[in-house]
Amino acid sequence: MRNATEKLSYLQAIVQAQREEMRRDDSVILMGEDIAVYGAQSLFDEFDESRLRNCPLSELGFTGVGIGAALTGLRPVVDLTIASFLYLASDQIINQAAKLRFMTGGQLKVPIVVRCSTYYNNRTAAQHADRPYSLLMNTPGLKIVAPATASDAKGLLKAAIRDDDPVIVFEDITLWGKKEEVPCDEDYLVPIGKADVKRPGSDVTIVAFAGTVPPALAAAEALSKDGINAEVVDLRTIVPMDKETILRSVAKTGRLVIVDNSHRVGSVASEVAAIVSEEGFDSLRKPIQRLTAPAVHVPYNARLEKQLFPGKDAIVAAVQRIM
Amino acid sequence: MPLAPAEQLECYSRMLRIRKFEEAIIAHNPVGHLSIGQEGAIVGACMALRDDDYVTGTHRSHGHPIGKGADLLPLMAEIFGKRTGICKGLGGSMHLTDTSKGLICESAIVGGGFPLATGAGLSIQVRKTDQVSLCFFGDGAANEGTFHESLNMAAVWKLPVIYFCENNGYAVTTSVEKSHGQPDIAKRADGYGMPGVIVDGQDVEAVHKVTQEAVDRARAGGGPTLIEAKTYRFDEHSNRLAIPIKYREDEEVAHWRGTRDPIALYRAVLLAHHPVSAIEEIEAAVTKLAEEAVQFAKDSPEPDMQDLIDSMYSNPIHFPADAGIA
Repeated sequence: MRNATEKLSYLQAIVQAQREEMRRDDSVILMGEDIAVYGAQSLFDEFDESRLRNCPLSELGFTGVGIGAALTGLRPVVDLTIASFLYLASDQIINQAAKLRFMTGGQLKVPIVVRCSTYYNNRTAAQHADRPYSLLMNTPGLKIVAPATASDAKGLLKAAIRDDDPVIVFEDITLWGKKEEVPCDEDYLVPIGKADVKRPGSDVTIVAFAGTVPPALAAAEALSKDGINAEVVDLRTIVPMDKETILRSVAKTGRLVIVDNSHRVGSVASEVAAIVSEEGFDSLRKPIQRLTAPAVHVPYNARLEKQLFPGKDAIVAAVQRIM
Repeated sequence: MPLAPAEQLECYSRMLRIRKFEEAIIAHNPVGHLSIGQEGAIVGACMALRDDDYVTGTHRSHGHPIGKGADLLPLMAEIFGKRTGICKGLGGSMHLTDTSKGLICESAIVGGGFPLATGAGLSIQVRKTDQVSLCFFGDGAANEGTFHESLNMAAVWKLPVIYFCENNGYAVTTSVEKSHGQPDIAKRADGYGMPGVIVDGQDVEAVHKVTQEAVDRARAGGGPTLIEAKTYRFDEHSNRLAIPIKYREDEEVAHWRGTRDPIALYRAVLLAHHPVSAIEEIEAAVTKLAEEAVQFAKDSPEPDMQDLIDSMYSNPIHFPADAGIA
């Protein structure tokens, strides 16, 4: 079984990760709105209902309840469903979960996982479609992961559940249905803080994560037809960021394109660009290119919404500008 | 069950420890939000708890660990910001969290403790222990959204949580009358489907009695209770905050200080049951202890930058902050 795999979608891999961790450790519980219907329904057949909490509509409250439970011996997985709802819960995440270990001089640990999906490109308009990675990036004390594949979703979520610090998991709606062979090993973990070179190359580095990885890989494929050999680095973890892998890649290629579905100002792409400017400047042969969503809100109109996020063609064009 | 004679003396000692601890703060390091006047409410509640019961508290944090029986020395060192402080000097006056006594948070975000205490209750229920969780909060916090969300969840899930309001009459300068449509906060309990109890917070044994009833109910699976102790803050909101207006009358403060001091009231009660020497012995010991705590704090070293880094995460990682520390 060690090397066995199973074809699973990104969402199925997430459910499997939760099931395996709930079997492995009685202190793991799931909390969220309507989890009995969406996301965890199959788990209700297997586990005691005291470990599966369908919560009232109280995002701030039940996120804080999860944090309180984490302080007192449980490992809660709180499903906030849509990342835009994270703003409601942000006080408990930022002022309590991220700070309690520090503020008590290390007396406490906060082993909570907060899951939320970035719900964009889905005609839900501006109050459901945010990708607020960088909002939390500026909060020390959190770890933040954003997987791009089913295997990474499983391995990162399992690592997050076993981690003693608060971990925010951003799950990307554009990837939910994507299937691949996922390791069956119940101890399959993807280490938090390690990026992954999804496609090796030598001419240009494309840093992507979550929903920008598929268009980055498609762009790399298209560029290869023109003789340009692009390396695609999937960050996988946003905090702590694996700057060694980024810098190693840029040292090899001398060119950097960063693809991020955040709004441009203070984005994940901005942080990657800043790190490479400070620590990899001598490797750069051309200016760093950031491809992000512009500083406008997500519209309901589907044609306009699609244009906000950097796709394959925009990535190809950005690479060609610096070759 | 009423307090046994030895428990009565312990009760008096803890109230006095809060008072002397804070008088030492006023004398030596005047920071923070003082609980002087509120000792009866705090200690009465804590005396109904076991060491392994959980407590969350507030920015007015000094009384809660002392009420729960914590050692004064690391608490005073924390007030002075020292490395030997209970939080290594990283938390300070508003956050005297001694986890060895079951404290899990002293939140300076008003209302921040409601969900955490509720979560501790959830944890107790899932782990099937007979612990309880007690949430201290002020009258001002009752107007935060977390109050509503948390009490509702605790009632729905029948969690072993006691929501304990230290109603001292004022949120900084705003009175309960001017900020609460229903000034009896405990009456809100009915809206959540849980018992609500109002008690005289200056009567430590009365507070203990109602809290013990709530604790017993919670341990037996009967769910949460909302208790409101009517009390009074003798000093200003914070030693460090200038109050440019007169928001309460001098006569009101003098009345509470003069006739409603929970320690003086309890001393008179104890004299009927205990020799005066037993009481004076406690008073001398607590006075000495507060002095020792100040000396310990003064003699202790400061924390350093490495303590900040080491306290961030459970495992040492090269998190992005490393580049920002010179």
